[in-house]
Amino acid sequence: MAQLNRYFPKLCHPTCGLEINFQRIRRNPKVKVFTLASVAAVTGERGDYTVTVRQAPRYVKANCTACGDCARATEMKVQNQFDYNLGKVSAAYLPHEMAFPMRYVIAPQVLGTPEAERIKAACKYDAVDLDEKESTFDLHVGAIVWATGWQPYDAARISPYRYAYLKDVITNVEMERLAAPNGPTQGKIVRPSDGVAPKKVALIQCAGSRDYNHLEYCSRICCLASMKHAAYMREQSAEATVDIYYIDIRAHDKLEAFYRKVVNDPHVRLIKSKPAEIKIGPDGGPVVCGENTITREIYAEPYDLVVLATGMQPAGVEGVSGAPVDAYGFIVPEDETQGIFSAGVASGPLDVSMSVQSATAAALKAIQAIR
Amino acid sequence: MSPKNTGVYLCSGCGIGDAVSMGSLEKIATKEFKKSCKTNACLCGEEGLETIRADLAGGVNQVVIAACSPRAMTDRFRFNGTQVIRTNLREQVVWSHPANDEDTQMMAEDNIRIAITEAAKSTPPEPKVEGEYSQVVLVVGGGHSGLTAAREASKAGYEVLLVERASQLGGMAAKWSKRMPVRPPYQDPQPNTVATLVKAVEADSRITVKTGCTVAKTSGMPGRFTVEFSDGSSQTVGAFVVATGWRPYDARKLGHLGYGVSPDVVTNVEMEEMLAKGPVVRRSDGKAPGVVVFVQCAGSRDPNHLPYCSSVCCGVSIKQALQLREADPQVMVYIVYEELRTPGVAEEFYRTAQRSGVIFIKGTVKTVDAALTVTVDDAMLQQEIPLSGVDMVVLATGMVPNSTNVEAEAPEVEEEKLRPLKSDINPYAPFAVAGTGAPPLTPPEEKLPEGAPLLNLQYRQGPHLPMLAHGFPDSHYICFPYETRRSGIYVAGPVRRPMDMGEAAEDATGATMKAIQAIHNAAYGLALHPRAGDLSLPIIGLNQCTKCRRCTVECPFGAIDETDQGFPQVNSTRCRRCGTCMGACPVRTISFTNYTVDMLGSMIKAVNIPDETEEKPRILVLACENDAYPALDMMGIARHQFSAHIRIIPVRCLGSVSMLLISDALSVGYDGVMLMGCKPGDDYQCHFIKGSGIAKERMSKVGDTLKSMALEAERVTVAEVSIADSGRLPKVIQDFVEMLDTFGPNPFKGF
Repeated sequence: MAQLNRYFPKLCHPTCGLEINFQRIRRNPKVKVFTLASVAAVTGERGDYTVTVRQAPRYVKANCTACGDCARATEMKVQNQFDYNLGKVSAAYLPHEMAFPMRYVIAPQVLGTPEAERIKAACKYDAVDLDEKESTFDLHVGAIVWATGWQPYDAARISPYRYAYLKDVITNVEMERLAAPNGPTQGKIVRPSDGVAPKKVALIQCAGSRDYNHLEYCSRICCLASMKHAAYMREQSAEATVDIYYIDIRAHDKLEAFYRKVVNDPHVRLIKSKPAEIKIGPDGGPVVCGENTITREIYAEPYDLVVLATGMQPAGVEGVSGAPVDAYGFIVPEDETQGIFSAGVASGPLDVSMSVQSATAAALKAIQAIR
Repeated sequence: MSPKNTGVYLCSGCGIGDAVSMGSLEKIATKEFKKSCKTNACLCGEEGLETIRADLAGGVNQVVIAACSPRAMTDRFRFNGTQVIRTNLREQVVWSHPANDEDTQMMAEDNIRIAITEAAKSTPPEPKVEGEYSQVVLVVGGGHSGLTAAREASKAGYEVLLVERASQLGGMAAKWSKRMPVRPPYQDPQPNTVATLVKAVEADSRITVKTGCTVAKTSGMPGRFTVEFSDGSSQTVGAFVVATGWRPYDARKLGHLGYGVSPDVVTNVEMEEMLAKGPVVRRSDGKAPGVVVFVQCAGSRDPNHLPYCSSVCCGVSIKQALQLREADPQVMVYIVYEELRTPGVAEEFYRTAQRSGVIFIKGTVKTVDAALTVTVDDAMLQQEIPLSGVDMVVLATGMVPNSTNVEAEAPEVEEEKLRPLKSDINPYAPFAVAGTGAPPLTPPEEKLPEGAPLLNLQYRQGPHLPMLAHGFPDSHYICFPYETRRSGIYVAGPVRRPMDMGEAAEDATGATMKAIQAIHNAAYGLALHPRAGDLSLPIIGLNQCTKCRRCTVECPFGAIDETDQGFPQVNSTRCRRCGTCMGACPVRTISFTNYTVDMLGSMIKAVNIPDETEEKPRILVLACENDAYPALDMMGIARHQFSAHIRIIPVRCLGSVSMLLISDALSVGYDGVMLMGCKPGDDYQCHFIKGSGIAKERMSKVGDTLKSMALEAERVTVAEVSIADSGRLPKVIQDFVEMLDTFGPNPFKGF
């Protein structure tokens, strides 16, 4: 959520609601937070679970004040994962401006190099611990809510789209970072190959979703997210044109209105087609090829930028014993007799609003389980 | 309460001590304000905290901390109920201004003055708890959503009163033959479990059911709503879950699709009843149909009927098609659709239909005639195709929210009370295009739905639940879908937006959680979202009140009613503590113990205003604490530099800013005032919904005040600032500073 630039349909900033939620957690002594943590195993029963948690080292202790001296002490840069590796960040970094907890992280790559010692020496508060090891500990709880969210489907696996070979083929989550004011380009949408603002953009729906070879389900949000991307393009360039390639436009309930806006925009074209492949054009740029399902025309359209609307894949539960997953990896508990619940995209492909509903419901279920 | 003993603590860490003179800052506290003051090189560290704790043990009972932003180290600087006032020396001073610079030093010194002044004027609030609080959850509507809400509340240990308009429980969903799958493998129609749910509710000793009953009148507030029912009874309840569901769109308006023309054109709801009774036969001749055509979006996604997508109809038609094919594998079933919408894991259900031989045609049904010829504008063939030989047509009609009680007559309501009801994004406004800015926002004209108000709220702001476009009751529907403008009343299920049974059950459970929270918070005097846990409340000095009614009109949450004498009356647990009433009051007689016009005015005046010969302008920034203030912090975190002539004071919401503060600021010599708040208007981003909009409206009238002071109107401005604006803010500030430079100094300086 922090990585998203804006929400559809209001085009407001997700960090606005995030700030309120962070404030509430910060002020609430009853909420205990572990970061860099993952669940290794769950045993026990409703009312009495033991959760084994594995915590990766941050190499920075709790007394970090986030002053940033460590980041300024080193020249070493690492891939910025928050920006999906679109940019680089100091090897001692704050994940983002609103990070919670507001503490730096040291990239493991720097360990054992003289840079690591430089980072450690720069800290006035002795908050750097280069010897920190992964730790494992048990938590005893009465109920569990899985809210492990999602990761974007790996676009490189859709080989005909040549994501790994064409710099100007990006994913929808990368588009979010390009459009974000705190992103690698300070919010300016540019082609990764040459840094030029694109004038002709293709958005390809169901890149991986609704596809037996990839994600069999529909990821629900991608249609509307792409329409939002069309809005980004229009806001940044009056001349830009946007083509949306789709199978079905899924703008459920009141979000239909957002679709109407797109249809009414003279610079946005909707093309019913699932592109067969993206070829490398004579200038090295992407050429989207396929058949228009309605006109039956075979097309080969060159674009400045192609955005793959990759779907949502459940994250964080692979290989965890005791997590009740369905065939896709979503967490779907057998029944309520257990004290295990799931919320948000961990439970299925949901949008933000539905995720909040689901999380609020899961909180009540968990409270019922421990009362 | 013992007299205030304020300790001031300065932190010189994180570069603060390297950039400003701590000794001079200490002198502000000790010499100007006569307060004890200590400086620590790492105040949030154990040693720093121990210093504060020792002083607290020694009699200090109020703490002023000048260190990092109040948004940082919140957990460390918490001392068992002691009031802590914080001011920002790090993000907004030393990280965003040059070190060892006179202007940076002056900014830090002024922040100390502002904080100590705030401390002097602020008293921690006591919880307001009075009388009896009810723990009962009132669930309105006994359909699938309402039944679920009742059971979930009971399972959490709460008493429930469930009222249902019809003579029996179950609602629409009780009629369904089967339901769509919600569990793996998500492939086949599932048994309808509503009857089981009804039995569970009836057997539940914590749930009282009233059928054939509606709410006649509601007054009061969360924790003690007094509700009168249509049967003449009344009860006190703690909170509401409103699950009044939906009704099918009136198919008689769909004559072009053959409804009413041929008896063999039926709606999806009628088909559901036929499937439940089984076997399905034609109404005209009692024969089993051989060819059935489903018409999707019959009325939905149609500007002449329902402009929105009803979400469930694609899945419902697939389910009915599968049931027809299962009953008789010889039946030919066509589904004519524009966009096939089976989002999420429902894609599996679509696949089942494809596998079972249901034929999907992408197109729009233009007409259905008496002979059941279905004319399809086929999207693939790009021409109109008549389908003949059809035995039955099923119209997938959409869902209309029961946001009013259409079975009862609408009462007379004064126009004034209907005014604040509608507020939504204009769903159809075009996108902003580079160079032309945001398009004008004129919400489409919409009438209030017919029928009686669901709860008939006896509120100053009218009896209806506020609504968004198309009559859906309001909610902050992205981030906080349960937050509405009527505290303690949570709307769930298809009345809130079209949704299927699986989603509705989850939504009802979530709404129940919120109702329980509202009940709990009311009993302890704690605010609900977004200032969750706040204990402060507006106190109105009635002896000065002029009965101007601005507070009762402007409260975004309808929390303030009027007494028979016309005085404002705060319903404490409805209040969300934004302070919009305080900003509205022209005689400054509304205040909180820890937030008053006087306090803000004193903080503004605490700043040292250099005289005009010094060429150091002073600009006041009043910043929304939820969005603009964090954006200003993030400027510092990114080490963006901005003018050191500004003085930042956070406010709960721009709605809480009184016009009187602006004239106060200008009369003591500030050269300009900038209000930073969220985007106002129908597509507001304000978490108090109307606060920033009201502020903008108030400030549009500030010109007269400035004119009377012989000052340029442009000295006061409202800047729309989002939380993501840290990169843009330095320029916004710089532009304002430069514009003020052209006016020259405020002539009131030094008076």
